[in-house]
Amino acid sequence: MNKTLFEKIWDSHVVKTIDGGPSVIYVDRHFIHEVTSPQAFAGLKKRNISVFRPAQVVATADHNVPTIEQNLPIKEELSRLQVEALKRNCADFGIELYGLGHPYQGIVHVIGPELGITRPGMTIVCGDSHTSTHGAFGAIAFGIGTSEVEMVLATQCVLQTKPKLMRINVDGELNRGVVAKDIILYIISKISASGATGYFVEYAGSTIRGLSMEGRMTICNMSIEMGARGGMVAPDEITFSYMKGRHFTPKNQDWDEKIAYWSTLYSEDHVLFDSEININASEIEPMITYGTNPGMGIAITGHIPSLEEISDQEKPSFEKSLQYMGLQPGTDIRGKKVDYVFIGSCTNSRIEDLRMVASFVKGKKKAAGVEVWVVPGSKQVEKQAIEEGIGKIFEDAGFNLRQPGCSACLGMNEDKIPAGKYCISTSNRNFEGRQGPNARTMLASPLTAAAAAITGRITDVRDLI
Amino acid sequence: MSKSFTTIRSTGVPLKIENIDTDQIIPARFLKATTREGFGQNLFRDWRFYSDGRPKEGFILNDPGYHGKILVAAKNFGCGSSREHAAWAIKDYGFDVVISSFFADIFKNNALNNFLLPVTVSENFLQLIFDAIRQDAETLIEVNLDKQLIQLAGIGTEEKFEIDNYKKTCMLNGYDDIDYLLSITQEIEKFEALRI
Ligand code: SF4
Repeated sequence: MNKTLFEKIWDSHVVKTIDGGPSVIYVDRHFIHEVTSPQAFAGLKKRNISVFRPAQVVATADHNVPTIEQNLPIKEELSRLQVEALKRNCADFGIELYGLGHPYQGIVHVIGPELGITRPGMTIVCGDSHTSTHGAFGAIAFGIGTSEVEMVLATQCVLQTKPKLMRINVDGELNRGVVAKDIILYIISKISASGATGYFVEYAGSTIRGLSMEGRMTICNMSIEMGARGGMVAPDEITFSYMKGRHFTPKNQDWDEKIAYWSTLYSEDHVLFDSEININASEIEPMITYGTNPGMGIAITGHIPSLEEISDQEKPSFEKSLQYMGLQPGTDIRGKKVDYVFIGSCTNSRIEDLRMVASFVKGKKKAAGVEVWVVPGSKQVEKQAIEEGIGKIFEDAGFNLRQPGCSACLGMNEDKIPAGKYCISTSNRNFEGRQGPNARTMLASPLTAAAAAITGRITDVRDLI
Repeated sequence: MSKSFTTIRSTGVPLKIENIDTDQIIPARFLKATTREGFGQNLFRDWRFYSDGRPKEGFILNDPGYHGKILVAAKNFGCGSSREHAAWAIKDYGFDVVISSFFADIFKNNALNNFLLPVTVSENFLQLIFDAIRQDAETLIEVNLDKQLIQLAGIGTEEKFEIDNYKKTCMLNGYDDIDYLLSITQEIEKFEALRI
């Protein structure tokens, strides 16, 4: 029988299926970070058991870490304790840790791919919903809760019910100024923040095939924002050339064998998906969100929906959301003043994102009164940015290039957006309070964020290029 | 934490908001603990309290008229971050059941792993529950896991709900997935040997 990409990988990882229940899925790679792992390690200690396959687990500290003066001890006590707990647990259980100060440290979903740990055909989990990012390599990658982290540490397996499968085909040429982030914000705005719940999504079509690995990662990253368990793209030449020569990538004969296998990972013709959606790339414009869930996105030239455009059932949530954002129904979004610009997070903090921003802002200066934070996804991205002169371009523009971590994506460290302030953010969530209590987040691409940094207002980047 | 689940008969607390994400259930700044206890006090923190700690009067959890072990929420409950702390907070606060017309996947798993029962009902039935509670906050809701039945006591309206058999057995008996997986490590090792 012809199989989908998902089924090929899933089927080869089923240890067994429980009658009338979930399957026991074998996990190839398990990433952990400081926030969702301490209780799992405590569970192992309580049961007096060890980690089943420590060599398949990789840890990093990212959520809590400061993004300045990382050489100094973490000032905030609870954050420091959590990072120290991770260090102790990794030492106690024999797990490789890329902690603060390590040249490989960074956001878990940035370092996995960048080090060649993430590979096609794998099952990958992490106690973090944006694990979906790794699906860009043609892997089944999904977020799990802390009890499941404990399960995987204890047995290298997780219990999962096979999800339904959705394929989203994006075909055609992208408009000027439109990048991967706009594609995924557009898709979510079309199918809503819950439109893919219960599904695993495969992204396909000529537009997706034409994207770089960074672009594909941005798209898979936000699959969870429409409720999907994960997203994936079939591996191809672009995947292989991104992977080649990375630190943990297989070498020599091993590499050739792997390529032969990876090349079999695609959805065959005439397979049936439980749902299939077609998107015409030419309809996509630079996007921005105006509300408090990622489904509330519009084209930058568009207007916030008026009350008449919203169904009665959705009205209370819609009004609550706009009230929080301090925005009026039916109004234009362009020209609105912004206070902060955050370029970072596992969605858009890779070297390509920083290059994109740098080539746009080169020779320009940020508007007065706007605070601009650029937070690289990893130590390696930071190093590369400095070596390539991107750091200098940001400095000249008045942008603040910081050290790697999750930073203002969720504001667990000091990088919080003050109450009531507007922040254009390249991250993935605009939930109430996500970037700090009462902070107002608008999600956009790195280009749109950079354009706002330069003008101090929400701007159609196409007017500046 | 109670580790088994039978029938719950309780009043419900109505939270008629769609797309409630786990950042609202428990904001990130409260995720710094290294234990599972005490998250209930920060459940819905920023909806429940002003920044100086005073309770916000309009929020339903601060309304003494509403109480009980059942939280009733509008669709797409628990979306966003995978933080299990959200399930811990709801359970720690004292809820044993969450009812919605639609749950985010990871939240649902996390809830079940903590013996917090997510009950998915139809949009119509959810509306009936909201209406019934609005008319009488003392309306009793009965959730029978064994029969997979939810009933509005007194009103007599009922609906079946779905749960997979394995999870149901775990919930009814207080079994936990880790015990199960640990019991099959030999099979896991056999699987590993065959793959390489
Ligand atoms: S950058 Fe943001 S979304 Fe990504 S892992 Fe960190 S907190 Fe989560």
